[in-house]
Formats: sequence, structure tokens, C-alpha cells
Amino acid sequence: MTAVAWGRKFAIVAGLPAVLVAVWWFATAGSTSVYWPPLSTVLETFGPTWLEGRLASDVLPSLLRLAAGYALALALGTALGTVIGSWPKVRALTEPALEFFRAIPPPVLVPIFILFAGIGDGMKILVIMVGSVWPILLNTVEGVRSIDEVLRDTARCYRFRRRTRLIQLVLRGASPRIVTGARQALSIAIILMVISEMFAATNGLGFSIVQFQRSFAIPQMWSGIILLGLIGVALSLIFRACEARILAWYQGQRAAQR
Amino acid sequence: MSTLETASAPPPQDTTMDHDAHTTPLLDVTGLRKVFAGANRAVEALQEVTFTVSRGELMCLVGPSGCGKTTLLRCVSGLLAPSAGAVTLNGAPVTEPPRGMAVVFQEYGRSLFPWLTAWQNVELPLKEKKVPRDERKRLVTEALDAVGLTDSRNAHPWELSGGMQQRVAIARAVAYEPQVLLMDEPFAAVDAQTRGELEDLVRALWQRLGVTVLFVTHDIDEAVYLGQRVVVLSASPTVVLDDVAITLPGDRDQITTRSLPQFAELRAAIYELVQRAKNGYRPQPDTERPA
Ligand SMILES: Nc1ncnc2c1ncn2[C@@H]1O[C@H](COP(=O)(O)OP(=O)(O)O)[C@@H](O)[C@H]1O
Ligand SMILES: [Mg+2]
Repeated sequence: MTAVAWGRKFAIVAGLPAVLVAVWWFATAGSTSVYWPPLSTVLETFGPTWLEGRLASDVLPSLLRLAAGYALALALGTALGTVIGSWPKVRALTEPALEFFRAIPPPVLVPIFILFAGIGDGMKILVIMVGSVWPILLNTVEGVRSIDEVLRDTARCYRFRRRTRLIQLVLRGASPRIVTGARQALSIAIILMVISEMFAATNGLGFSIVQFQRSFAIPQMWSGIILLGLIGVALSLIFRACEARILAWYQGQRAAQR
Repeated sequence: MSTLETASAPPPQDTTMDHDAHTTPLLDVTGLRKVFAGANRAVEALQEVTFTVSRGELMCLVGPSGCGKTTLLRCVSGLLAPSAGAVTLNGAPVTEPPRGMAVVFQEYGRSLFPWLTAWQNVELPLKEKKVPRDERKRLVTEALDAVGLTDSRNAHPWELSGGMQQRVAIARAVAYEPQVLLMDEPFAAVDAQTRGELEDLVRALWQRLGVTVLFVTHDIDEAVYLGQRVVVLSASPTVVLDDVAITLPGDRDQITTRSLPQFAELRAAIYELVQRAKNGYRPQPDTERPA
């Protein structure tokens, strides 16, 4: 890509965010409202609030819980989805129940889980996992079910071993759908990371933001929201990089079919 | 098939049989019948199909579209359980895909793993067969070379044309060193010129490897050009109409062979048979299986 092309691409990607920041900046510039502090004040507090101490004491624990809950959801969702998708009878049996569980808004789980899992890390990881597992699970079921019949026959004819069948046929065949589910699950997981810290917690991003709000540290509260947004963007960029690696074949195939 | 013959049959891995062992039946299909039970009506894809394929033979099965050729091949390869009748390979009943059998599917594009390169597609079955690494490398190289895809070894299936994809599927089957190679209308979807090339490729590989080939097609010309024998299937309800020995010379060529008077006679005879079958002709049960 040429420098001009890069420049254009950057302008497209960064254009709207720049405009929004500018609007925010000027709209709040002379603000004396307690609730809408000037953006300049918010940004001034950003460094002292987050980079001195809270990065290790609040941001890191949040991200670790997110990683643990999300990883568990990925593992459980893919494993269960593969089993359910591989046997039509199991699927018919479990589908209504799965749809029911999926329809429950995940935040409602928090008070329930506090009852029997306490208020520690375990509860928060559990909430993230249980809330974000459904899109992965249901998409995996669909993905496994829709693997090409001819490809299945091919694997049988060449007498693929169980392990090879699982990896080379089932998981890779379902991978486009698994990734779709994982993408939906990631945003749910981030929401639940914050929410699980708002009820009963001693550290974390969500906890900090609520604490700032209660102590009327409004610029700090806003800076926390900005940080959450940045973390969301960063995670989605990481996700896309992984997706480009895992689904290179799929994207190539789709481009070739056009 | 008598048990005596099966007892003397070599193990399935042995693909180095010679061509004068033509008389030994390798594959035996007896009274095969397949009915698909639908929600409101049953489809009888095969009524009663009986034939044998000898060791080292190149046999063509020809029949009109929808007569159940794919169904037949899926039963023969153990992918589909027949409603009645039996398939035996080397005297052993086929109930699941047996060792030493490779299939080239009609929907070749869909039979390749899109996440693997051409090389990996050919290599994977060999890994499953636990072929040692060096041997694997040799087999894959040779197979891709034989089908003229050496330069495309690192391409994914979707980066290749239809004809090239079909070649990858053939290379995969050939590298596997099967005892029996089943091919289901492999060239139905490629252009006429590629088709001629691929037909010659199949004959060349068959002659070189001594593999037993069961080639299914709806094209009478193709069947006559390729086969040593052509088994003609009727339209549904499907039975075997005739078993025609193709007495053309072994060295075949797209131009000279197809212009031989003998070629014209054979294809005319088969066309006539198919026409008569359309008007209700069915062979008598005792003539279904020529001695
Ligand atoms: N899985 C199936 N379920 C129901 N009917 C089938 C199935 N597979 C094939 N058939 C029917 O069996 C008949 C023969 O099909 P097929 O074997 O594909 O024919 P051919 O390969 O000769 O074109 C067709 O009428 C087809 O609709
Ligand atoms: Mg067919």
C-alpha cells in the first residue's frame, strides 16, 4: 500500500472519532456543571487516576477475570456445542432448554451467583462465563451441524481417526460460526466484567467507576468510562487479528466466490 | 464368490497385483437394493443391482442421471447401508468404508478441505494411514506431479479452477495407494478439453498403478472410451441392463480411438439398449449376470 493509501485509510478510520472528541472538547470547554466537566479536566485526571497504582490494583484484576471467564466460556461453549451439534438427538433434546437459558439477561445472574458463589473472583468469573457462553455454544452447534456432507463422507472414506476428525473436520469446519459466536460473546463478557464489579467488589474497573460516582469524583468517573472504551477497542483489535489468522481460508474462499 | 478365492486374496494394502489376474473378483455387488424412506413417500433408488469387478480391472458403470449411481457408489464404499443385498470386497462384507478404498466424489470441490492447501489435502489421508514422513513426501510429490499440479501445491482449493480441484481430488486418491478406486462422475462439471485430458490421466494412472477402478458416468461415450467393461444401468427402477466387454485396443487416444468403427459400434449398441430400456425392456433375471 502506498503512503497516500495508508493516509486515506487512517483518515477513514480515525475521522469520526476525531470529530466526536472535538465536539466533546468544545461542547464542554467552559462547562461549570459538576456532571459534565470539561474534557480537558477529564483527560488531566486520566493519568493520575489510572496510571498511578490503579492499573495494577483495579484494571489488571478486571482484565484477568475477563480473560478467565471468557476462556472458560470458549472452552465450554465449543466443547458442549460440538457434542450437541454432532448428535441430532441430543440437539433436539437440549435445544428448548438452551434457548430458554440464552433468553435470560445475564446481569440477572449476578445476585443469584452471589448467593452461592460469594462475592469473590470466582463469582465474577462464573458470571462472565455463564453469561457469554451461549452465543459460542449455539453458534458452534449450528457450525457443526452445517459441515458439508461430502466433506464428512471424505473423512469417513479415508478413515480419519477420531482426533483428526474432531480437529480437521468438525472444529475447523465449524470455525467460522465459532468465531462469530466468540465475537458476540466478547462484548457480553466485557459488559459482565463491569457489572459483576458493581454489586459487591473490592477492586476492579466497574468497582472504581461506581466508587468515583458515589464520592462525586466526576472527572475520574468519566476517565474510567474512557478507559473502558479504549480497552474495548483494543480487545476488538486483538480479536480481529486472531480472526484474520484463524479464518484466513474462509475469507479467501469468500473473496474467491465473489 | 467362493471362499477359496478370498482365502488366496492378498492383503488390502497390496496394490502391486498384475493385470493378468483379471479373473479374480475383487468387488462383488449382489442384489443391491436401496429405498430411501421419505416423510410421505419412499424413493426406490436401486431396485436390484448385481455385478462384480475383477482385480486390476477398469470397469465403467453408465446410467442416466438420477438412476442411483451415486447411491450405488455410496453403498459400495460403505458410506450408506443398503436396504437389501450385499457388497463384498476381498470376500469380506463392506459395512463401513474399508481399508484400501478411495473415492473421488462427484462434488469434488466440496470434498476438498478448504482450510488445507493442495499438498495438505493429499497428505492428510496418508498421515491417517500412518505412512512415514519420507514416504509420505514422496507419494504426495509423485501424485501432484502425475496430475500436473506441482506448481500449485501450496494453493488452497478455492484458489484453483474446477478442473484443478478435480485433479487434487484424484491426486489424493492416487497417493493413498488404494486397492480399489471409485470415481463418481468425476468429469461431469469440467470443460470438454480438460475432460479429455483427465480421462487419459485416469487410464494412464490405472495402467501404471494396477489399481482396480470403478468409474461411474452418465456419458456412454466416456464409458466406452475408458472402460475394459461397461455395466449399463437402467433408469429408475434401476437394474443392470447389460455387461458389455469393451474390445478396443489397450492403448487409447482421444482422436484415433473415438474414430474407430468398433468404438461407434459399441456406443451404438449401448445407446440402443438404453432406448429399449426406456420403452420398458428389462433383461431376464438369468441373463442379468453374464457368465
Ligand atoms: N439421501 C437421500 N434421501 C432421499 N432420496 C435420495 C437420497 N439420495 C438420493 N436420493 C434419490 O435417489 C435417486 C438417485 O439419486 P442419485 O444416486 O444421486 O442418482 P445419480 O447419481 O445417478 O444421478 C434420486 O431420485 C434421488 O432423489
Ligand atoms: Mg450422482
